[in-house]
Amino acid sequence: MTAALRFDPIRLPSECEQLRKEVRAFLAEEIAAGTFDPHKPNREDTDVPEFSRKVGARGWLGMTWPKKYGGHERSFLERYVVTEEMRVANAPTRRFFVADRQSGPVLLKYAPEHIKMEILPRICRGEICFAIGMSEPNSGSDLFAAKTRATKTDGGYLINGTKIWTSSAHIADYMIAIFRTSPPTKENRRHGLTQFLVKMKQPGIQVNPIGQITGQYEFNEVVFTDHFIPDDHVLGEIDGAWKQATSELAYERSGPERFLETYYVLTELVRAVGNNPDTRSAEGIGRLVAQVHTMRRMSVSVAGMLQAGKEPVVEASIVKDIGTIWEQQLPHRVRELAAFVEETATNRETLEKQLDFAIKTAPKLTIQGGTTEVLRGIIARGLGLR
Amino acid sequence: MAESENIVAETAEKIFADLADAQTINRDQKGEWKAPLWQALSDAGLPLSWVPENCGGSGASLAEGFSVLSAAGRFAVAVPLAETMLAGWLLAQAKITSPGGEMTVVPASPKDRITVNADGSLSGRARGVPFAKVAKHFAVLASNAKGDFAVALVDGGKCRIETGLNLGGDPSDVVTLDKVQPVTIKPAPTGFDQARLMLMGGVARSLQIAGALESMLDISVRYSNERVAFEKKISKFQAVQHNLARLAGESAAALAAATSAADAIANATSFNDEVFLEAVAAKIRCAEAAEKGGGIAHQVHGAIGFTIEHILHRYSLRALAWRDDFGSESFWAVELGKLVARRGADELWPLVASR
Ligand SMILES: Cc1cc2nc3c(=O)[nH]c(=O)nc-3n(C[C@H](O)[C@H](O)[C@H](O)COP(=O)(O)OP(=O)(O)OC[C@H]3O[C@@H](n4cnc5c(N)ncnc54)[C@H](O)[C@@H]3O)c2cc1C
Repeated sequence: MTAALRFDPIRLPSECEQLRKEVRAFLAEEIAAGTFDPHKPNREDTDVPEFSRKVGARGWLGMTWPKKYGGHERSFLERYVVTEEMRVANAPTRRFFVADRQSGPVLLKYAPEHIKMEILPRICRGEICFAIGMSEPNSGSDLFAAKTRATKTDGGYLINGTKIWTSSAHIADYMIAIFRTSPPTKENRRHGLTQFLVKMKQPGIQVNPIGQITGQYEFNEVVFTDHFIPDDHVLGEIDGAWKQATSELAYERSGPERFLETYYVLTELVRAVGNNPDTRSAEGIGRLVAQVHTMRRMSVSVAGMLQAGKEPVVEASIVKDIGTIWEQQLPHRVRELAAFVEETATNRETLEKQLDFAIKTAPKLTIQGGTTEVLRGIIARGLGLR
Repeated sequence: MAESENIVAETAEKIFADLADAQTINRDQKGEWKAPLWQALSDAGLPLSWVPENCGGSGASLAEGFSVLSAAGRFAVAVPLAETMLAGWLLAQAKITSPGGEMTVVPASPKDRITVNADGSLSGRARGVPFAKVAKHFAVLASNAKGDFAVALVDGGKCRIETGLNLGGDPSDVVTLDKVQPVTIKPAPTGFDQARLMLMGGVARSLQIAGALESMLDISVRYSNERVAFEKKISKFQAVQHNLARLAGESAAALAAATSAADAIANATSFNDEVFLEAVAAKIRCAEAAEKGGGIAHQVHGAIGFTIEHILHRYSLRALAWRDDFGSESFWAVELGKLVARRGADELWPLVASR
């Protein structure tokens, strides 16, 4: 066989079920207290610092990390359960999610000890927010075309250039970014990029908000002008960021957040249709449920591989590819079925508002975190075609 | 357990590799490959995998049997292996001993009904019964006027059979029972109903479809690395790579859905909504994958894959044909949609997240 793709039917162990109950109870309390409204995915207040701290206090941040850094040494599957419950409830996770999923693991692997001791426990407490500085105006899919320069100076580096589409940069305390420390070589055009820990809200960093078609502000342009970064904020190997960036991807690409972003419209459709659907609605709902169930089984399976210490890069890319396409199509399929919903459906207005927002959100889903085309290139490599 | 599972699947895999090579089968117009293959499978006890030893079978676990079906799908074998396994399993539910030889199950569609008459004879008509023409015996699930289910072993020769062929060219027949006296008839265990049989059959078909997709991916990747156009291997064209990446996605989705459902059934203590979701989701998603994935496999192969000489159609057409057995994806999608609606909006996520 060319491609031994396997998605073992991993089952969530019993400790996950207990945890799931706790998360649901916590979210219900927060909803009752008015912290957020699960029916309003389009709300403005997606950054809710108190909510972050409460999630941290529950022990649900840095769940898989070592205890000495404030982590909880729990499994990837337990983390999985927390993530999916938060996502399905439309909880305001903006402040902590990137740090928990991605930046923390990078620091764990590549940061010097004193930085780990300083920052990781604060992530675990839900106190700080991270941004990811990869894309630049002329370097999106082609990450290795990045130009923003880090020039060696006394005790550190001076940064000049512009990052773009940087989610949460306006509220972030830190960014993990790649900068050019030397030119690419003839043999390796990926060479010459280095990963840095950037402290935001410092001289030489200007964050300019960029509006989105949904009416929200989530990403930004970040301009660096002679911004100084000390030597001990280099993460990993100088000029070797390309090796580091790829192993990060499995974490970013296969999680439940990669197919559940528009899930709320499905729940609302089921509500609007009521308990005695016509054949067309029943079939439509049945297919969508079969699809989301399958996606989730694949995603849990990848979480199981991560737990087993594997690096399922191809499998994770497959999950993101079909996951984001699914969540992108979902609002359109729900819209088709919603045409048959009775005028009297009690949640009709909520459904329509949610659909409007989900349809506006949809175009970004196959772009953020690596475009469909780029992912398919990675899968093709895994199949031995490149 | 894991080890023995491998041994049963490996035995099957080896027999298929030796005797069911797609190229050989394709060239053999008269179907002479079938007899030695069936003989070898029977000698290894595979058709009666799911029949306990005291009922004449080899007493493999459900999981072991499912892995045999995956292998059968990868080779797209057109002998009544899955059908005989299912029939043996159905008979074993009622502690009826399986005879030797080819069998199939009746009915094979959720819409058809076989009834037990007051005199203990069976009546009814079932469409799309795979391999009925070939089967020496049928395992029949029938119900009486009160709705009690019974399992019967029926002599195939006593039934009227109108032969037909499915999309893949395999027998798919109409079976009519006109007051047929069964060889044996016994009550089905409490709670066993037609849905249970259809879902077991559906999961068998899902595994076969997923297996066929694995092979389609395999031969498509291989072909793309051999075929040269515009002075390049076609695998070097990005458009072709992306098509193959999508095929890998469909194959992976089918495999994940089917193996998850098989695992759910193999470990089920009761047949609840969660197991129902697993089984029907597999049938729905695998059917969708057969359509999308099969289309891509043909696209990558160009005209050669459309010829009768090429092996691609063995996989693509069978995967498409298997969608129809034991309830189509549209049928099950309606049933799943109704179940979801009945449970209500707030119970949907708990259902999905229950596994
Ligand atoms: C909501 C949102 C949040 C984001 N957040 C962040 C963030 O926090 N940090 C960050 O660094 N980036 C972020 N991004 C940026 C994202 O990673 C990039 O948009 C993405 O990598 C694509 O780059 P681009 O936009 O420059 O498009 P381009 O690279 O210009 O691509 C345009 C189109 O061409 C296609 N294309 C390009 N090259 C190829 C090729 N070789 N083969 C086939 N097709 C190709 C692409 O797939 C795409 O469809 C975010 C994006 C969005 C939409």
